[in-house]
Amino acid sequence: MKKLLERDDDFLLRRNHIKNLSDEELKNKFWKLSGEIVDPMIDLARTHTTPSIERSVLIRMGFSSLEAKPLVEMVLDRGLIGKGAGHVVYVVSKEKNMAVRDAGLELLDGKHWDFVLDYFNKRGEK
Amino acid sequence: MNLKVNEKLDVVELLKDLENYAPKRRGWVWRDQVGTQQIGPFEYKNCSTNLKNSIGIPASDYFNGLDPQPQEVITTEIASGRFEDDIRRMRMSAWHGADHIMVIRTAGQSHMDQLIEGTPQGIGGIPVSRKQVRAHRKALDIIEDEVGRKINYHSYVSGEAGPDIAVMFAEEGVNGAHQDPQYNVLYRNINMVRSFVDAAEAKKVMAWADMAQIDGAHNANATAREAWKVMPELMVQHALNSIFSAKVGMKKENICLSTVPPTAAPAPALKFDLPYAVALREYFTEYKMRAQQNTKYITSSSREATVTHVLNMLVSRLTSADIQSTITPDEGRNVPWHIYNIEACDNAKQTLVSLDSLMDMVELKKDGYLVEEKREIQERAVLYLEEIIEVGGFFEAVQKGFFVDSGKYPERNGDGIARDIHGGLAAGTVYERDEDYMAPVTAHFGNNNVGQYDEKFVDNPSGLIGGCSLENRELIQFIDELDEEDNVYKRMEDSKKYRNSSIIKPEVQWLGDGVVQVDLFLPTDKRHAKYAALEFAKHMNLKDPEVIHIEVLHPTEGSRVQVKGVLDFEVDLDKLEIPPEPILLDYDEIREFVKDRPIKVVAGTLGEDEHSVGLREVIDIKHGGIEKYGIEVVYLGTSVKVEKIIDAAIEENADVILGSTIISHDDIHYKLMKRLHETAIEKGIRDKVIICAGGTQVTPEIAVEQGIDAGFGRESHGVNVATFIVEELRRREK
Repeated sequence: MKKLLERDDDFLLRRNHIKNLSDEELKNKFWKLSGEIVDPMIDLARTHTTPSIERSVLIRMGFSSLEAKPLVEMVLDRGLIGKGAGHVVYVVSKEKNMAVRDAGLELLDGKHWDFVLDYFNKRGEK
Repeated sequence: MNLKVNEKLDVVELLKDLENYAPKRRGWVWRDQVGTQQIGPFEYKNCSTNLKNSIGIPASDYFNGLDPQPQEVITTEIASGRFEDDIRRMRMSAWHGADHIMVIRTAGQSHMDQLIEGTPQGIGGIPVSRKQVRAHRKALDIIEDEVGRKINYHSYVSGEAGPDIAVMFAEEGVNGAHQDPQYNVLYRNINMVRSFVDAAEAKKVMAWADMAQIDGAHNANATAREAWKVMPELMVQHALNSIFSAKVGMKKENICLSTVPPTAAPAPALKFDLPYAVALREYFTEYKMRAQQNTKYITSSSREATVTHVLNMLVSRLTSADIQSTITPDEGRNVPWHIYNIEACDNAKQTLVSLDSLMDMVELKKDGYLVEEKREIQERAVLYLEEIIEVGGFFEAVQKGFFVDSGKYPERNGDGIARDIHGGLAAGTVYERDEDYMAPVTAHFGNNNVGQYDEKFVDNPSGLIGGCSLENRELIQFIDELDEEDNVYKRMEDSKKYRNSSIIKPEVQWLGDGVVQVDLFLPTDKRHAKYAALEFAKHMNLKDPEVIHIEVLHPTEGSRVQVKGVLDFEVDLDKLEIPPEPILLDYDEIREFVKDRPIKVVAGTLGEDEHSVGLREVIDIKHGGIEKYGIEVVYLGTSVKVEKIIDAAIEENADVILGSTIISHDDIHYKLMKRLHETAIEKGIRDKVIICAGGTQVTPEIAVEQGIDAGFGRESHGVNVATFIVEELRRREK
C-alpha cells in the first residue's frame, strides 16, 4: 500500500490568504471551488456511458432487467456501446419495421446483428 | 384495498394482482407547514397538521390523547430482511408519526451489477427488487389514507446498478433515495469514474421522478477514527454531491444533506456539534437538511442511544432540520426491532414537540466561541477544496487519500481511504459516446443525438419510440419470482399458523420469531454476570440465548445484563380466560341512587405518600370524579396515617374509606391496605364501611387479597369507583 501524506495542522499558515475575506466572500469562494471541482466530472458523464446506464435505457424502452443485462453485453461484445444500446434496438425496430420490444427480443436471439454492424459501418463511412 | 383499524393488513391480499398495480403518485412530500396553531389547550409554532389516526406518546393520556405532529418529516429505518413483515411495521410506525419509510438494502446489493428480482430474503435489509418495492408502495398507499398523511418511501440508488435502480424507483413511485457517488467510491470500492458517470444518469432520473435525494456524507463521520475532526471534510463531501446533483438538473430543494452531529458525550458534544451545524446551514441555504443521528459513538445501550438522539434533536431545533432521522435505540446491537422503531419515532415526536417555540426564547450568540469556531470550520473546508484543485481534481484527491483521514484538515494522519482511478469494482467499464450516440428515452443525461433521426424529438427523445416506460406504464416488465425456494410465498407458508389466526407468539421482527428480551441485574462482576445470565435464560426456556447488552454497575457489586432468546411457546387467544370488562353504571343511575341514599367518603393518600394527583382526579368534580354524582367527600390530605383515616370514618360516620397508595417499594401499598382492613376490624367498623384503595401500581385482585373490598389500578377513574360503591351498597343493603 502506498504511503499517504501525513501533515501537522498548518491551518494558521494556510489561511493567510482567506482570513480577511468577509463571510459572504468566503461562502462564494466555497461554492465557486466546489463547482470547479465537479465540472470536469459533469463533462465526463455527458460524453460517456456505462453498462448500467445502457441497461437503464433498455428498461425504459420496455425490457426487463433479465433482458437488459444480456442485451447490453451483446452490444458491448460487438463494440457498439458507443452508439448506445437503445440506439441499436431502435435501428432494428425502425429499419425492420418491428415493434421496439420485438426488435430487442430478436437481437437477444442473436438475429439482426450483421445488419446492425453493417448499418453503423455504412453511416461511419458517410 | 381498504383498511379498517380493527383489521390486520393482509399481506396475502396485498400481493394479489400486484403485477397490475400502479402507484398513486410520485414525488417527495413535505409536511404541511402551518405556522402558529392551536392544538388542544396549547399554541404551537413548529407543528404540522394532526393525523386522522395516530397514537400519541404515553403521556398523551394525561392530555386527552393530544398528539401534535412536528413540522419535520420523520424517518424510520426498516430493515428486517423480510419485506412482508416490514409492512406491518410500516403501519405501526405511521401511526406513531413516521412519514419517511427508509428501507435498508440487503448486504452486498451495491456490488450486484444488475437489478434483483423476486422476493428473496435479505441480510440486514431487503434485496430491493421491483416486486418488493411495488408491494411496499402499495401498502403505503393504503396506510397513508388510514393515517391521513402522505408517506414517503425511500431506499438506495447506489452501487453498480445505480441507473437501473433509479429507473425502477421512478417507475414504481419511490419518493426518495440515497444517491452519492462518493459513497460508492469510498465505502464500496466501486470504480470512481464509473460511479460519477452512473450518478449523473441516476440523478437525472431521480430529478424526473421529483424524488428527494439524501447524500452519504454522514458515513465519513461514522468511519473516521476521530469523528469530530472530519467536520471540514463533511462540508466538502456535502458540497460536491450537492453541486454535482444541481448541475445534473436536480432541484436544489430536493437535495438533502445527510448531516450528522459529529460527536457525542462524554465529549463536550455541543461545543463541536453546534458550530458545525451553524457552519453547514450558513453555506447550504438553498438545500435541505436531513438531520441524522450520530452513529459513530452508538453502543448497545438503548438508553444512551436515546439520549444521543434527543441531544441531536436539540441541535436540529437550535438550527434547522427538514427531515429528522431516527436511528433506533437498538441499532448498536441488532437490526432494528419493531418496538425500537416505535420508540425512535416517539423519541423524535416527544423531543421536537417539547422544543416547540424554542427559538422564540433563546438565540445563538453572534460573537465569541460559536462564531469563531464556525468560521474556522468554513475556512478549513475552503482550504480543503483549494487543495483538491491544486492536486488535479477530485479523482486525484481520492487517489491521494484525502478523504476519511482522521486528521482535522489541513492536518493529515495518513489513514484516509485511497482508491485507484483504474481500480475498484467495475473498473474499465466507462465508454465514450460516439458522435451519433443515441438513447430514445426520457430523463437521460448527456449527449444524445436524437436529431439525426428527427429534429422534433430533440427535447423529447422518447417521442422517437412513442414514449418510454416513464410515460407509458404498460411498457414495464414485471417479474414475479425467480427462486422457487427463496421467496415470500415459501416464507409465509412457514409462518402461516400465525397469520390471521388466534395463535400468537412474541415477536421482535418476523411473525412468529418468538424472540424475547430479558433484563437482569446480577450481583456479580461483568464476566460472571454474562455467563450467569445465559444460564438463567436457559432455565427460562429461552432457546439460543445471547447477551445483547451488559453494563457494569460496580466492578464487584453488580452488572446489568440484557439477554435475548427464542421462546418456543404459543398462546391461543381463543383459549385465554380474560375477565370481563367492568360494566360501568351511567351517570343518571348513580346520581339517582345517591339522591335516595346519600354516600359519604373519607379519602386521603396513605402512609408517607405525597402523590395526590390520582386521588384528586378520582374525587374532584372538575376531573369527572365521584363528587359529580353527589357523593360527599371528606378529603383528609396527603400522608394520612391508617389509624387517622379509620378514626375520621368513625367521626364522619362515613360509608366508604378511599385510600390512595402510589409508593409501592417493598409492597408498602399492599401492606397499608391490609392494615386498613385490620384496623377497621379492631375499631369495630369493618362491616359498616366499604374500604377501597387505588394507585398506579395496584393490581385489583391482589388488593382484594389484603382484605379490602376493592382495588383500583391505573386505568380507573371516578366512574369505576362510584360504580363499585353503588353496587356494593346495593349488595349489602338488599
